[in-house]
Amino acid sequence: MKREPKEARNRAEVVNQMKLQLPSCSINEGMARAAVAAFCAQLDPNSTELADIKCAVSEAVTNCIVHAYRDTAGIIYITVRIYEDREIRIDIRDKGCGIPDVKIARQPLYTTDAQGERSGMGFTVMESFCDKVRVSSVWGKGTTVTLYKRIGKR
Amino acid sequence: MLQHNCTFETELKDGVLELTLHGEIDHHSAVAIRTEMDSQIYELRPVKTILDLSGIEFMDSSGLGLIMGRYALMQKLGGELTLRNPNERLVKIFELAGLGRMVKIEESQKEDKQ
Repeated sequence: MKREPKEARNRAEVVNQMKLQLPSCSINEGMARAAVAAFCAQLDPNSTELADIKCAVSEAVTNCIVHAYRDTAGIIYITVRIYEDREIRIDIRDKGCGIPDVKIARQPLYTTDAQGERSGMGFTVMESFCDKVRVSSVWGKGTTVTLYKRIGKR
Repeated sequence: MLQHNCTFETELKDGVLELTLHGEIDHHSAVAIRTEMDSQIYELRPVKTILDLSGIEFMDSSGLGLIMGRYALMQKLGGELTLRNPNERLVKIFELAGLGRMVKIEESQKEDKQ
């Protein structure tokens, strides 16, 4: 994976971090979002913020299972960082097939899986429920989706 | 082992099939319940199917796929699909996909079963 020079600038310090690895079985979708939500609970998010995080994580993890590791099995790598400025960064990484064109994949209603009843709204949901979503993908190597969400002060 | 984190109850009355869902709708549960839902619809051939969503605690875009798929099936069979009592979170997700323009969403109390 490439270094991210932009990220290094003006970054608040990481105060806590969690790493989680799960096989790409659909039963782990619920586990992944619950685990990330439980870790983020230390910032005392309100119910909307927590539901936003759960939903966005669920979308990204489902993409790993349905698309990245389609017809295969692999590991989903999740890293959650909490910064001192109350920003949460969630990296969801796979070593699956990669996305040939990220810009097209992020468009609302776009799906490669028409008969599988996918709505094509996964990235749109992530973008709506997070402050920022970054996607980096290498065809044949894998994809990293990074979700950013700042939790309001209580 | 927990296989389904989403379950539903079925009630047929005057050609109206009411499916009352409980739990969480994600890709895992949607795959499992859509088969059960479709077999009910094919068997009972309702003129209208109502999905009561008041018991749904979590839904992601897999739920949109599930609803759009059942909408398409009801259309194919010449019937209609209505969503009942989705919570605020669900409505937010429906709005992202413009689902309200396609499927009827109603807020109502379930009739007393006497």
